Amino acid sequence: MEHIRLPKVERVQLLDRGSSRRAQVGTLYLTASHTIFVDNETEVCSEIWVLHSLVCNVEKQSVTAFGYPLLIQCKNFQVIQLIIPQENDCNDVLMSLLRLSRAKRYEELYCFSFKPNIDKAERDQAWDFIDLRAEYSRMGVPNKLWHVSPINREYRVCDTYPTDLFVPKSATLPVIVGSSKFRSRGRFPTLSYYCKETQVTICRSSQPLSGFSARCLEDEQMLEAIMKSNPGSRFMYVVDTRPKLNAMANRATGKGYESEDNYTNIKFQFIGIENIHVMRNSQQKLIEVSDLRSPSMGEFLLGLENSDWLKHIQTILTAGKFISKAVAEEGVSVLVHCSDGWDRTAQVCSVACILLDPYYRTLKGFMGTYLCDRMAFPYRYSHLDEDPKEVSPVIDQFLECVWQLMEQFPCAFEYNERFLISIHNHIHSCQYGNFVCNSEKERKDLGIREKTHSLWPHMWKNKSDFVNPLFRPDHSQTQGVLRPLTTPYCFKFWRGLYNHFDRGLHPRQSVLDCLMAVKEETQQLEELLAVCEQKLAALGKEHANSLCVKRHSINHRQTLWAEPAHLSSANSPQDYTGGILSTGPKDWPVQQRETESTELSLFGDATKSSDPDNSDQESGVADFSCHSSSGGDSFPSEDSVKDADSDEAAFNTA
Amino acid sequence: MEFAELIKTPRVDGVVLHRPFLPTVEGTLCLTGHHLILSSRQDNTEELWLLHSNIDAIEKRFIGSLGTIIVKCKDLRIIQLDIPGMEECLNIASSIEALSTLDSVSLMYPFFYRPMFEVIEDGWHLFSPEEAFKDLESMTDEWRLSEVNKDFTVCPSYPSLVTVPKDIDDDTLCKAAAFRHGGRFPVLSYYHKKNGMVMMRAGQPLTGTNGRRCKEDEKLINATLRAGKRGYIIDTRTIAVAQQAKARGGGFEQEANYPQWRRIHKAIERSNILQESLIKLVEACNDQSNSMDRWLSKLEASNWQSHVKEILTTACLAAQCIDRSGASVLVHGTEGTDSTLQVTSLAQIILEPACRTIRGFQALVEREWLQAGHPFQQRCAQSAYSNGKPRSEAPVFLLFLDCVWQILRQFPCSFQFNEHFLITLFEHAYASQFGTFLGNSAAESRVKLKLSRKTVSLWSWVNRPQELERFVNPLYEPNSLVIWPSVAPQSLLLWEGVFLRWNRSTKFLDEAYEEMVHIIEYNKELQNKVNSLRRQLAQLETEDSPLQTP
Repeated sequence: MEHIRLPKVERVQLLDRGSSRRAQVGTLYLTASHTIFVDNETEVCSEIWVLHSLVCNVEKQSVTAFGYPLLIQCKNFQVIQLIIPQENDCNDVLMSLLRLSRAKRYEELYCFSFKPNIDKAERDQAWDFIDLRAEYSRMGVPNKLWHVSPINREYRVCDTYPTDLFVPKSATLPVIVGSSKFRSRGRFPTLSYYCKETQVTICRSSQPLSGFSARCLEDEQMLEAIMKSNPGSRFMYVVDTRPKLNAMANRATGKGYESEDNYTNIKFQFIGIENIHVMRNSQQKLIEVSDLRSPSMGEFLLGLENSDWLKHIQTILTAGKFISKAVAEEGVSVLVHCSDGWDRTAQVCSVACILLDPYYRTLKGFMGTYLCDRMAFPYRYSHLDEDPKEVSPVIDQFLECVWQLMEQFPCAFEYNERFLISIHNHIHSCQYGNFVCNSEKERKDLGIREKTHSLWPHMWKNKSDFVNPLFRPDHSQTQGVLRPLTTPYCFKFWRGLYNHFDRGLHPRQSVLDCLMAVKEETQQLEELLAVCEQKLAALGKEHANSLCVKRHSINHRQTLWAEPAHLSSANSPQDYTGGILSTGPKDWPVQQRETESTELSLFGDATKSSDPDNSDQESGVADFSCHSSSGGDSFPSEDSVKDADSDEAAFNTA
Repeated sequence: MEFAELIKTPRVDGVVLHRPFLPTVEGTLCLTGHHLILSSRQDNTEELWLLHSNIDAIEKRFIGSLGTIIVKCKDLRIIQLDIPGMEECLNIASSIEALSTLDSVSLMYPFFYRPMFEVIEDGWHLFSPEEAFKDLESMTDEWRLSEVNKDFTVCPSYPSLVTVPKDIDDDTLCKAAAFRHGGRFPVLSYYHKKNGMVMMRAGQPLTGTNGRRCKEDEKLINATLRAGKRGYIIDTRTIAVAQQAKARGGGFEQEANYPQWRRIHKAIERSNILQESLIKLVEACNDQSNSMDRWLSKLEASNWQSHVKEILTTACLAAQCIDRSGASVLVHGTEGTDSTLQVTSLAQIILEPACRTIRGFQALVEREWLQAGHPFQQRCAQSAYSNGKPRSEAPVFLLFLDCVWQILRQFPCSFQFNEHFLITLFEHAYASQFGTFLGNSAAESRVKLKLSRKTVSLWSWVNRPQELERFVNPLYEPNSLVIWPSVAPQSLLLWEGVFLRWNRSTKFLDEAYEEMVHIIEYNKELQNKVNSLRRQLAQLETEDSPLQTP
């Protein structure tokens, strides 16, 4: 609260960057958790709610005739442009937002104050929604070759690892301890994925402290034990996901990579995924490209090329493909590491899992990978106001790899694009506790389970929004290993994420929505058919009436999808003219000779837009990114609708 | 027959065929007057029947006495034939070269093709100007059908019947024709029922360097404006290009002479630049060794996507002038047979729901391309593998189809046809057993070549129920609204169905399409079942209780 210098500013303008449409004028509110813009002018109350935790940058821009512009950029790639009439107010909003959006302590994060209306038992249950042990036992461990080692109890050996870690049974405690001492941050090799049918595994670790020549017998034994736990193969791959040059540079600081001379029966492989600093710059460039206002095709494509983003995605997917091929086709176990083994390693292992195991392409399975891979072995999120140099887009890249795969295999995934985007949003918004902190230990210390809520049951409850209608468990595409193409033209710019809030750029009708509606109707029809058949069999007359009622509950498909209102809300012309049609009448050389009013309505766009004829098609256009209780597809609204209680409270206190 | 002279070796055994995604086949290669045939002489193996006219270019290589011919097709497919024997290979290659570049239209396959199906509905008589005019007449009486061009002397590239303002007599038309490039005086292209605004098209005005004017031309286009209203002239060329055209006798409408019109210049490129763009794009798509950087930079350098964006933007602008600004529009470029038609036909897709049906789209192609005088024969003589200096080849029609595909992607439920339909049109425009795309104008195809008597129309085949089924978009729900596409680069995609078609398997995408069809079919099936059960129930109910009244 104390960070809010100014809870309310009147007569603020909100610019719609996508169009040349007139700005909305309204009131800006700052609450403990949200920035809220309420449009006072339109009859339908339109609001925009932005979580402070989603804000990544606030910038004051140079003064204009209308006031002081403030640019708010969010981690979900929403960009909001406000114009505040008074400079003092603008500064106050800026200072408040700068502080509010940068949590200094974990406890300041929104998940600690987010209180949905559920009791404690429900909350505990929610956290048990995904059970780590059950996930492992689904994979088929523990078994006669792999078991949970007690070694990391109370995080004695490695404080960034969870307590429960699977290692080969043949690896003795001294071997594990020795190995951990020879690995960066103590992150010794441990199980990530186990293939029940073939006993082939993917393990992960951090880099060895090999320097130029150092050896560690225990570490060598550890790898030997992993290799031998796969009786079908005489060697294993050690995959270093870094570019060779980076790995070599690490040797100078006493770290490095495994030498094939010291480790018997390993095949060593560099993958060449760049480090987080390179990735961050690349993503920054990509965001700039997606933010360009009416770019030419050349500007866009050159920007895309110069960002290198798709090249990185290609490399990551290629790495995942290499590992999944080793496991599925060659039957060879793989140990994956990078430097610390939490960014690229987790990313690549997750991609490999998605390719290998159809289970991870289901909703439940994805949440499972999530838990196993990212909570137990977290990525580095940037939820706190830390060194911006540590911020990393690895998770964005992982989600994008999954999206690229969806484009190649449209029937293979139970979840849809919306699911990925929703998860992306939740990772950055910190509304739920799932993605907070960088290790299990930190999470325990903070009491995440007790003080925050889990996202998964919430998403599971709304799973009908997230299901891919083309998915069928018995479809051939659903089975087995995915073998994606990695030729450059297979990779596309992810408009759905990077331009998520620029609704004008998306298809105006969605195949996804159509098919979802058809499937819903099909389900209703199936039920109805069963009822009919029953009725027909029984021939009970009194039932006939209830049937008639049912009949009305079936919507005709047309109303389900191609609903004109829905269509028209996104269906208005862009600026195709470069402003030609909206230029004022005086640009017309012949204007003087003619009479005024007809011209105005003919060639002036401004007067035209108030034409009642057009209003039906234009309506709702300005509301794309707005808070609306009907919307389930735009994230700020989803969040704020579902948690109306707490928001309301916050709003009132403000 | 003439072909025999060109076929030096009609048959070679032991030829190995390599095709994208299919296993290699060994068999006998036969050359006929119109086809290259490879037969394995076994059952159940696919054979190759390739129209010579589909061959864009060939390359030959030799390793010892084993020759290899790489056949590059106009539909962008590349196949390889390994032919034992140097002489045979050379003979085959030179025969293919000769047969695929026949100059005489009347030797083309459509004149020899006899359909294996019964023509139920003759496509040659489906879309006549008279029919179109009947529709127009039901909406407005401000237009008339003129026979001024009945012997194609006023404008050789126009059909014999054109729609012009009612108050303009044929004499005025003739004078206006003399003032327009190729005699293409302004004619009606589209009437917007919603507000009575119209779109016209023409060739450039022949103002020349001394600013010639033509009162009749002015009168003609002014006659399309309502009292006190103004219109837009959309010149598809940049102002600089339009200025240069003056030196060659062309030009653009001077404000002083056309005070009721506002001119807007756009930048749709001319045909040779488009052809170059296609060649570069296909080269980029076919190069499997590209790194990501090279791929993106080649894609960018090809400029293909820029052309798509520019054409689509111009069409949207024309549609916006008509629907939103309530103004009539005249579209022209230089000749009025290329970019002009891209713009007028796309604008109709945007504005007119009927054009988004299969039949309506055929009518649109017929009206705005075939009868409007797009020189298909010249433009489609060569495709992306032409390496010689381009003469008048250009992917003008392909770009139009690409733009339609872009709109289809953005409005996947608003079109009755699917992507496959558009690809089929692309294929047939370049090589076909049907006569529809032969010739360069109505005069040539209808009169000189007698296509409607001597060849089968593509539409006769497409509209057969069995074929039609494959072209129907399962998601289609008629949408009566104007559909405004996004022209932002993020919204425009590479048309993979054409450009990557032979480079990567579409198995998984095809499966997804089938799944979609299945979902919708199943739904319809259930609806029918439920309805029939309901009827049964209702019947039983009434039988049960004849006396009960509600």
